[in-house]
Order: sequence, then structure tokens, then C-alpha cells
Amino acid sequence: MERFTLSLPSVPCTRADAAAALCGVVSSGNLEILVGRGGAADRCDIEVNTSAHGFRDTWEAVLTDAVARHAAGGLALAINDAGATPAVVSLRLDQALEALEDRA
Amino acid sequence: MGAPWNQRAARRARRLERLAPLTRGREIAAADMVAALEAAIEPGDRVCLEGNNQKQADFLAESLADCSPERLHDLHMVQSVLALPSHIDVFERGIANRLDFSFSGPQANRLARLVQERRIAIGAIHTYLELFGRYFVDLTPDVCLIAAQAADADGNLYLGPNTEDTPAIVEATAFRHGIVVAQVNEKLARLPRVDIPADWTDAFVVAPRPNYIEPLFTRDPSLITEIQVLMAMMAIKGIYAEYGVQRLNHGIGFDTAAIELLLPTYAESLGLRGRICKHWALNPHPTLIPAIEAGFVESVHSFGSEVGMENYVAARSDVFFTGRDGSMRSNRAFCQTAGLYACDMFIGSTLQIDLAGNSSTATLGRIAGFGGAPNMGSDARGRRHASPAWLRAGRERAGDGIATRGQKLVVQTVETFREHMAPAFVERLDAWQLMEDMGMDLPPIMIHGDDVTHIVTEEGIANLLLCRSAAEREQAIRGVAGYTPVGRARDARMVENLRDRGVIRRPDDIGIDKRDATRDLLAARSIKDLVRASGGLYDPPRRFRNW
Repeated sequence: MERFTLSLPSVPCTRADAAAALCGVVSSGNLEILVGRGGAADRCDIEVNTSAHGFRDTWEAVLTDAVARHAAGGLALAINDAGATPAVVSLRLDQALEALEDRA
Repeated sequence: MGAPWNQRAARRARRLERLAPLTRGREIAAADMVAALEAAIEPGDRVCLEGNNQKQADFLAESLADCSPERLHDLHMVQSVLALPSHIDVFERGIANRLDFSFSGPQANRLARLVQERRIAIGAIHTYLELFGRYFVDLTPDVCLIAAQAADADGNLYLGPNTEDTPAIVEATAFRHGIVVAQVNEKLARLPRVDIPADWTDAFVVAPRPNYIEPLFTRDPSLITEIQVLMAMMAIKGIYAEYGVQRLNHGIGFDTAAIELLLPTYAESLGLRGRICKHWALNPHPTLIPAIEAGFVESVHSFGSEVGMENYVAARSDVFFTGRDGSMRSNRAFCQTAGLYACDMFIGSTLQIDLAGNSSTATLGRIAGFGGAPNMGSDARGRRHASPAWLRAGRERAGDGIATRGQKLVVQTVETFREHMAPAFVERLDAWQLMEDMGMDLPPIMIHGDDVTHIVTEEGIANLLLCRSAAEREQAIRGVAGYTPVGRARDARMVENLRDRGVIRRPDDIGIDKRDATRDLLAARSIKDLVRASGGLYDPPRRFRNW
């Protein structure tokens, strides 16, 4: 397992307070994303636990783009990865964050 | 017979004379098979051992491997597929030392080792159609060892649904005075139909067990991912619908299985029934059942059959090619010809794509070969008949110039990363290293970049027909290569420019909401669903049953 945390700039999410209650967990066989309330309103805090070693910069690129596409400021994401590809990670993040935006 | 012009016939007569004490009528006892092969084959012979994509003359292969290397040596093997351990044993035991073939997937590691140890000399790695062609030119077999379902006492053969390569092999051998030996599963007083007439065959053996057939084209829908669903949606809406693709071939993987399973649902919702996917050069894929049942499919001609699909195929004789007896008739040589000349599209997956669009399934330490993909996945420059899809692709390639020919659509569909984070897009194909390691003349490229028209990934579709320079082509490929190192090294401005011109299209650009890409869109989500869709006619192999 490799574990690291990131704090990335993002537009504030208007529903950050209720994020945990609204979203909870998005998961499939090899990926789990937990959405909760984070710190600064213009940052998205992300904790990644991944089974793949040596792909931190790939993760950073995927996550930087994802939180730039969506209003994810003020959220904390916990990502538990058991071999998901970047395609799956992107799709799941889009699903989780768009669901929040739709309800905002 | 003494004339110098009929030596081959004389040689054949001598072999049959040696074989005669071991045959009763045309039949050889299984226990005598090794002795029979030692009688019929001579050192240095070119021997075609029927190893197909699916059907295997496995008993004859094992018998050949058990022959004495003192009696039989320096054989030159010509065969489509090296699938069984015995196919390699023949070389390891010193019986054969030369090989011309097409595909060796399951034995790719052992084959590479023998090449490096210089115990086997590979003439060339071919496409199927290319190898069949050479059977009639400079690689005609002296002896062929084939597999059939049944024989009658006269030596007529019934091939069953898996005809595959047999007619091409037998025709080349029998009509140039070679020896044709068949293994059969059973001897019948009367065959359901005659696929190979008795006067083209010399001897048969009832094998101790039925010949091995690999269910190579069965894809379990439960393993199809949402990314594959997304890419299938993009292919259907962005390519099939746009070009109006009526006649096509699909590759073997889960990516194309997803497309097959989206026809009755997603394609139907787009109003595409009757407008796309009517005629197929395809094995009877179980995942095509829902589309057939939904009325998408008018005809399917097949290279071979698929284990468990026999009853379904027989019950859908308007769609599949079947004999007067009701059972399926396949034929790899004709189906490959159909794929080359009569189809407007090939779509399949691959392991690696480089910046020129060359794609390869070669990996280091394995000589896997090609099979049929390079033939299906290439533009037939001899083609002359037009179709809307072919004309449109030709015009896109010509740009402002005048199109004097159309173009087959050759589509590669790949997720940017494969399992274990292996990138599908690379600066340099492993094929180049393999070429150096194995002393090959050329890198084993599956589909050449100049034949590829579109690349589909989860990030978008790159239309290479619209690229006007090598630099544009490179950026079009980088622009759909996602977060792979190749994709991240893109020129973002140039990629946006290509997107503005429609060379690159994202899901949004095609009107696809990524959130709609769920497994709920699959017309069948399990093998059991496929059985249900077939009305109980599909009988999946045991290993695919989990209920």
C-alpha cells in the first residue's frame, strides 16, 4: 500500500457542510471514494490509499484535473484504491462531485 | 510413372504402400498411429499439423511428438496456431526444426525460448490468409494431419460446426500429391453431410477422445466494466452511427463485447436498428445473442464456431451459414476474405499503440504472432466496390484532394491504462525490442498506423483520417492517451485546436453524459442472461457457469 495526502485548489462547494450526509460513499469493486467535510473553503483535501506503488504523480494529475472540473472546495475525499485505473478514478470522481453539484 | 514429371505422385504411392499394412480400409487403429506417421512422413517433409484458433488435431499432434527422432527429423511445420504443449514438444524432441505459422498465444513463451536457443528456425509469422496463400505457392504440405468430427468407412469427412482451416489445408495437400490423415471423434455409417470428399483423404483414425476445442470467443458480461460501457457508447454514437457501418468484424475482447451488448439498448435508443451492424464476419459470439434476438443482425459468416453455440446457431439458420443437415458451416479462409474485402469496419483492442498509431500485442519474451487481426485490420487496396461508410472514410482521408478510393474503417479501442497500470500508449513499442532479441526482419506490428483510422479511449475518439501531418497525428494520439506519460506530454494548445476541428472528440462533444455509462445499459449482465436471451439454446461451457 502507498498512502499520501494532497490539498488541491478548487472552487468552493456550496454544500460542503452537508457533503458527508449527502454523498457518503461511491464504490465499485476496485475503488472506494468517501466524501466528507474538509478544511479551507477553496481547497479540496484528499487522502489516497492505493495498492499500486510509484504512481503518485499520475494520481496528482488525475486528481488536480478532477477537482478543477468541479466545485470541490471545502470537501475532504478519502480514496481507497485496489487497482483501479485512472479512467475509473476519473469517472467515479465525476459521478461523486457532479451528484453534489446537482443538489446544490 | 517413370516420367520425370510425376515424381510427386510416385512418391505419394510409395508412402501409401508403406502405410498400407497399418490400415484397414482407410482406418488406422489409434494404437498404430505413431507407426503410421513414421511410415507416411519422411525426414525433411513439410508437415501441416491442424492447429486452429479453436479446433485442434491434438491426438495427431501428440502422436507426432511421440515419433522417433531417428526416424523423423528436420521436419518443417506449417500451421496456423501453436496452441498445445505437443505443438512445441515436436520441436523440443528434435523431430522438427523449422516453422511457418500465424499465432502461438498459449505457447508464446516456450516458442521464444526455443528461438533464442536456436533450436527452431522461424520462416515467418503470417496472417491466416497469408499462410493459406502460401500453402498454394511455396509452402504446400507434403503431409497434413487434420481434425474432423466424423468419418465414414470410405473416408468421407464431416467437419461439424468448426470447419475452420480444414478445407484450405486439405485442398493444398491433396491436389499436390500429399498425404491427408484425419483424426475423427467418431466413425459413422452415414455422415450428416460430406465436407471433405473421400478421394481427397488417405486415412483416418478414431481418436481416443474428442478433439480439443477452445471456447476462445466467450466473454462473460459480468466482467465488463463501466469504462468499457462508456467507450462502447462513444464508438456506437461517434463512429458506427456517423459512418452508417453496416458490415463489420469485431475483435475478441471485452471492449467489443460491450458494444455487442449495447446494440439492443443504447443503439436502439438512438434509432440505429437497421442502420448499423447488419452483416458480420464474426465467430458466433455469445454476446451477440441479444442483438440477434432484437433484430439488429441479418447475417453472420464465421471463421469457426464457438463451444456451446451449436444449437443456437442451428436454430437461427436465417442468420448463420448452415448445411442441409442443419448444423453450422464455418470457413476461416472465406471469412478472412470477407473481413478483408466485404467489411467496412474492423474494431478491436490491442496492448500497445505508439505515436504513429502502430499497434502491437507483442510483449517481451513471447512470440505470440498475429492470427487474423492484421488482415481484418487493414485497408484492402484491391477493393473496388463502394459503400457509404467506405466512401466517407476515403473522402475524409483525401481532404481537399480528390478521393479515387474509399477506406476501410480500422478502429482501435483501448483504455489508456491496462491492468497493473501498464500504459496502452507508448513512445516505442516492445515489438522493436522483441525484433532485436529474436533476430526478426521486422518488428511484429499487429496493425500499422497508416491503416488505423480511429482510436477510441475513455478520454475520446481520435480520427486519424483528418490529420494532415505526422505532427498532427502524434498530437491526436496524445490527445486521447489520458494520464499515460504519452498523454501527459501532449501539446495542450494543439490538442484543443484538433478538438475544434473535430479530429479529437470528447464524450461531451458527441453528446454523451459519462454518468450514463453504467452496466445497466448492457443487454445481458451475466452468462445466465445470455442463456435466457437465447431461449435456452445457448449451452455455455462448464467453466462459464456459476449457477
